[in-house]
Amino acid sequence: MFDPKTTAALKKMLLVHADDHLILGHRNSEWTGLGPILEEDIAFSSIAQDKIGHALGLYSILHEHLGEADPDTVAFMRNEQEFFCAQLVEHPIGAYDFSLMRHFLFDHAAQFRFDAWSLSAYEPLAKLSRKIKGEIKYHVFHADSWVRQLATEGNEESKARMQSALNEVFPLALGLFESMESEALLTAAGITPSENELREKWLAHIDGLLTKWGLKLPDLRATQAILGGRQGYHTKYLQPLLEEMTEVFRVDPSAEW
Amino acid sequence: MVVANSPAGTPTPEISRIWDAIAEVMDPEIPVLSVVDLGIITDVELQPNGEVTVRMTPTFSGCPAIRLMEKQVKDAVEALGYAQVDVATNFDTTWSSNRISDKGREIIKNFGLAPPPKYKDQPDLNLLQHTACPHCNSENTTMKTPFGPTLCRSMHYCYDCLQAFEQFKPI
Repeated sequence: MFDPKTTAALKKMLLVHADDHLILGHRNSEWTGLGPILEEDIAFSSIAQDKIGHALGLYSILHEHLGEADPDTVAFMRNEQEFFCAQLVEHPIGAYDFSLMRHFLFDHAAQFRFDAWSLSAYEPLAKLSRKIKGEIKYHVFHADSWVRQLATEGNEESKARMQSALNEVFPLALGLFESMESEALLTAAGITPSENELREKWLAHIDGLLTKWGLKLPDLRATQAILGGRQGYHTKYLQPLLEEMTEVFRVDPSAEW
Repeated sequence: MVVANSPAGTPTPEISRIWDAIAEVMDPEIPVLSVVDLGIITDVELQPNGEVTVRMTPTFSGCPAIRLMEKQVKDAVEALGYAQVDVATNFDTTWSSNRISDKGREIIKNFGLAPPPKYKDQPDLNLLQHTACPHCNSENTTMKTPFGPTLCRSMHYCYDCLQAFEQFKPI
């Protein structure tokens, strides 16, 4: 369907975003049993399940349409340098404010991405994205309702914690839009909008929400985006996560479940 | 006879028989709701040589029950005597809660869950704040969380009958 260079760029792009969803799904699942209230325990666990479903959908396109190995093999048999997730998703769950702010910034970005991809010239991605769009709505709805409440209806501490979490997570979240060399091929083929275009839409939207809730987005000119994930450079947190995530699988990769 | 969600045109008796058999398969999370009323069966094809193809679309992309339902659908069609049955799940048709039949909505309500409201274009999630209670029909309710014990449910509370309840959420 596309020329070999564009196909290679498409594969890399799918892997990048499948990895983001797999790793964030794993992190979100770490709230199971630990949520600050029962409803949040359930919410983070449900969001984790959706994220892993979204990762599966993306890995399945690679397998069924683009000749890559099956999703379990791709997800569980690569080493750290072969993962292309943004560093944002690798960080430990931290306190609830960190996880909530990561969820807020990530899911607004995901919403713009899947909205755009639902019109992608690459039909398998467009079909999957139309499905995922409806699910992401609930993720965004959940993140918004808690960031808003803690920033506007909580107390001084909750408001201060939302602001400091925002300051901490924002440079990491910019790494979601790290551009790849091959990006121009993908935009030319109508597969995806540019990372820059998605980032601008995302920034304008979250800035509007955060301002309304009395929070201040850090000054972009004074912020150093934390990049590298898309090239396989990761934090010290990824390898231990991969070891834990694949521990059972590695005991017997040929086991039938 | 259940032919809901079948492709346009009058199904042949043989195709109807296959739909009826599939309608005996229940959603494992709401075991009184058939996969046909749930709207996840998108197509049934019967080839002249007796090969049957059933196409399904998942309610949620991370639905853990889809493999089980595929197998149960395959078993149900094979039990009719067809030797070659292929059940394939894909996203060619996007499932939405609008695909749940009217009968399915009634079944969901009788099961104790608020059925999803039908919507145009996009569901307005703010409407979830005042979902009608499936026990007393009051709209004096609040949403506790847009997530629940399964991916397709949200959790609510009714101020009139003082009961917690769940909704099959619109998506």
